[in-house]
Amino acid sequence: MTQGAAASLASESRRAPAWRTWADRLAPASAFIVLICVWEAACRFFRIPSYLLPAPSAIVVAGLNVTAAQWLSNIGSTLRVALMGYAVAIAISIPLAVALVSSRILSRTLYPIIVIVQSTPIVAIAPIIVVTLGASDLPRVVITFLITFFPIVVSTVTGLMATPEELIELSRSLRAGRVREMLHIRLPFAVPFIFSALKISTTLAVIGAVVAEFVAAEHGLGFFIMFSTSFFKIPQAFAGLAVLVALSLALFRLCSLAQRWFVPWSLPKSER
Amino acid sequence: MNERTHVIRFANVEQTFGRDDGSAVTALEDVTFDIGRHEFLAVLGPSGCGKSTLLRLIAGLIFPTRGTISIYDLAVTEPRDEIGIVFQRPTLLPWFDVLGNVTFPLRHKYGRVSAADKVRARDLLALVGLSDFASKRIDELSGGMQQRVAIARALLLDPDILLMDEPFSALDALTRDEMGFELLRIWSEKPKTVLFITHSIPEAVLLADRIIVMTPRPGRVREVIDVNLARPRSIATLSEPAFNALANHIRGQLFTRVVA
Repeated sequence: MTQGAAASLASESRRAPAWRTWADRLAPASAFIVLICVWEAACRFFRIPSYLLPAPSAIVVAGLNVTAAQWLSNIGSTLRVALMGYAVAIAISIPLAVALVSSRILSRTLYPIIVIVQSTPIVAIAPIIVVTLGASDLPRVVITFLITFFPIVVSTVTGLMATPEELIELSRSLRAGRVREMLHIRLPFAVPFIFSALKISTTLAVIGAVVAEFVAAEHGLGFFIMFSTSFFKIPQAFAGLAVLVALSLALFRLCSLAQRWFVPWSLPKSER
Repeated sequence: MNERTHVIRFANVEQTFGRDDGSAVTALEDVTFDIGRHEFLAVLGPSGCGKSTLLRLIAGLIFPTRGTISIYDLAVTEPRDEIGIVFQRPTLLPWFDVLGNVTFPLRHKYGRVSAADKVRARDLLALVGLSDFASKRIDELSGGMQQRVAIARALLLDPDILLMDEPFSALDALTRDEMGFELLRIWSEKPKTVLFITHSIPEAVLLADRIIVMTPRPGRVREVIDVNLARPRSIATLSEPAFNALANHIRGQLFTRVVA
């Protein structure tokens, strides 16, 4: 009797915060909606001119005034540059990290160079790259690569070094060789580290593509924003910005989903 | 007991490690002992007495500064196939299931795992009491279960020698006792020459045929103790007067130095 009462009490107290889990789920969306409403209200109430800060409604209207074909072409070229730069960054960074971990000489010689490249403001050398490499996708991809690759290298190196010492000893006691040690133990162990860098790098890839388009382009969302501001079409520039944010978020989300699909073990239990 | 066939022999082994600042630390000094075939030898001592160094020397992962280590009268010059290692942490691979972890040494060494190997791995899982867990993920297992998987992994290549580096010290006390008895059962079913490193006196007395008591900094053999407790040992062994007498004696050995 008392046990039954205690049990039902326990289940009550477990059920009670149901509204709280809903509140928890809706919190981010409602915060966003509230922010938009405050923004809209402020613009209308204080009559803020649209060239200073356009109201959300004005941004939506401006966005709808641009044709779908225009949007798609701009999104397409930004996405193309971002993804190509991202792919090149992955293809170069991971083998580079493996080389840095495998060889002391390589790490002594290459690491300072990588740090110097990373310390160089890419926005500042972007115009130089464009002059050197000409007006094609190539300079844009190179700029995106330069902005994207560093976190991937650093995270992969950290992951490769974080492998438990015991497993390396196990590998050596089996005389499996350094290639297998890298492929069977170190690289899989680095996967969680690599994915956290890949997620950060999705946003960096979009930034890289936009920076490249600011410097030299006739299409793309970066160009679209530059073009819109030069004609004082500020709401339209904001619409371009909103699309860029959405693009970044989508890429980030895709990367998270890829991790969940292909390497679910690399996620903490709660995130699977 | 005295007529042993030596499997592992340490002769005047000294091990010094260079530090980054150029100074050297002596981890082991003049260590001489041997381990007989299918003997269960426990190495007991406080931290910093070079216990783990002993294990890595036998495994061929490091080489002595002076003296020799031989296995079957052959000097150890590289890691050998007849050795299985169980570490303090299970260090299983989260991207494989339990069976994949047990077969990993074969996959890692030869690049493939045959159907027969998998059957053998399942037999080993049965031996360590995990028959029903072959396809479980690693994070579904408790710490004790993970260490059982690590033991099965160490037995996969059917080594003559099993090196265990404080394998149960990361487990809670109850699981630790249980795993001690489990290890004795496994050892009686699959006799191996065991070097078991521990800093637990009762664990050493319960498990071992002989105990090497080490002193710290530098690590030396202080005493070699024969454990003449009847086998098979069980919970009842823990309350035998001989068990307590031996444990007290070792405790005295370990603490005289600290007091003095």
